[in-house]
Amino acid sequence: MADYWKIDKKLMDRICAVARLTLTEKEKDMYAKQLSDVLEAFKQIDGIESKESPAFHSVTVENVWREDVAKKTDWEPLGNSKHKENGYFKGPRIV
Amino acid sequence: MRGAREGSISAADSIKEAVAKSKEIQKKYSPFITINEKAEASRTKGRLYGLAVSVKDNICTKGLQTTAGSKILEGYIPPFDATCIEKIKNEGATIIGKTAQDEFGFGTFSVNTQLSIPKNPSDAERTCGGSSGGAGCITAAADFPHVAIAESTGGSITAPAAFTGTIGLTPTYGRVSRYGLVDYSNSMDKIGVLGNRVHDCALMLSIIAGHDPLDSTSSELPTEDFTKYLNADLKGVKIGLPKEYFSEGVDKRISKNVRDKAALLESLGAKCEEMSLPSTPYAIPSYYLIAVSEASTNLAKYCGLRYGLQKDITGNFDEYFTKVRTEGFGEEAKRRIILGTFARMAGFRDKYYFKALRIRATIIKEFKQAFKKYDALITPSMPVVPPKFSDIKNLTPLQNYYMDILTTAPNMAGMPTISMPVEKVDGLPVGMQIIADQFKEGNLIKIAHKFEVSA
Repeated sequence: MADYWKIDKKLMDRICAVARLTLTEKEKDMYAKQLSDVLEAFKQIDGIESKESPAFHSVTVENVWREDVAKKTDWEPLGNSKHKENGYFKGPRIV
Repeated sequence: MRGAREGSISAADSIKEAVAKSKEIQKKYSPFITINEKAEASRTKGRLYGLAVSVKDNICTKGLQTTAGSKILEGYIPPFDATCIEKIKNEGATIIGKTAQDEFGFGTFSVNTQLSIPKNPSDAERTCGGSSGGAGCITAAADFPHVAIAESTGGSITAPAAFTGTIGLTPTYGRVSRYGLVDYSNSMDKIGVLGNRVHDCALMLSIIAGHDPLDSTSSELPTEDFTKYLNADLKGVKIGLPKEYFSEGVDKRISKNVRDKAALLESLGAKCEEMSLPSTPYAIPSYYLIAVSEASTNLAKYCGLRYGLQKDITGNFDEYFTKVRTEGFGEEAKRRIILGTFARMAGFRDKYYFKALRIRATIIKEFKQAFKKYDALITPSMPVVPPKFSDIKNLTPLQNYYMDILTTAPNMAGMPTISMPVEKVDGLPVGMQIIADQFKEGNLIKIAHKFEVSA
């Protein structure tokens, strides 16, 4: 991986497969060009050395635990779905 | 609100009038995705009794469509209220509608949506800003008592406030519960307020702030009555003007207006001086790398089975999900999913995502250092006057991203900000951004209110 700052068509196909998106050839060309321009500009971050630990949040956030006790909700989780059967969501076949 | 509580004004009439007027405004400027036709005055005579509130469309409202500006969520009717909505309803507010926005908050001009695009009441050929453009639009256009609940990830409250000449308050990250918010970037999303008076923003923040067991990132720090900071004295208040925020890329006329306001604040007792935040130029790339990484993860859940856009089930899992997602997401959402997926991929993660997180730590440290000396910083809110839609069309994605140059650093650092309208440029609204240290919203209210009554 010589050039980190470039998205070519082959990489675009790999990304789309991971992201579950289908793009036309024209769209692939458009995004590859636009995102390469974006990454070219973002190369700028190579210009700053930061020895700080990664800040996953801007404020201090700690894990919060609770007892694993089931609670009843007063709303219907399946209410917005048209894909349901016997109180379950119904999905497509796996393979 | 007081009139409604004391009986001199009928809350029922005020809400009826607010909805009728909103429909008229909708015809001219399209601030809403959904108008609440069934809106009626609350029976709770709380602090917001009789007040019409609009809500950005990425915040869940029970029984009222919530799309986050995306076709993939069109038709979704939340069966619950977000915590902030529950809180304002408990104080007697009425939701009059859901406001237009860029899809999932992905934009600066509210044009990245297949739903409603709000037009600026100052000039309908221009944007209201984004991503909370509808909130800015209705706040500027409403001639009835109204406050907007909105949300910011990288500047989505400040931009519309500046472009519509309204006041936009973005609280500290974690100050307001995110429960019921359609996530864009979990580590940066903040629910806030747009209004026409500092008092209204302070009151609304007092009501929606506070710890929520349903949001583990909401702060446990005790909340406050922020209206107590109104009418404060500015004597001894120290304000910094970071020179990087007045750089070449910012319209000189806007910079001048903001510097003039620093002089006004000095005449009111504050001490203002120029200072530096040297890591500012790195904010845009690191902000976008973090934002798209988190967004692409968040958007993985939209698969067309449980809510929103749903198709007839054909093919296998992958084929069905891909079909729904390809149809439901708009152009900018796909762009950010692609960039975010790329930035998180094995082999790239250290180069992009972790580096961006380290830069965020540096930016936070710089702000923290500055706030040891200053009570607040002031900067222009946006680098330009609200652009015309015809000009926005010609911007590349990169040029679009760089419009957020003044808002991304405080947003990614979780610092609270308020945008206040200053003198217009070419007859168009522009804003001044005031930034304070985390959980020091009181300093913002103090300075903004004194400024409001003196300007």
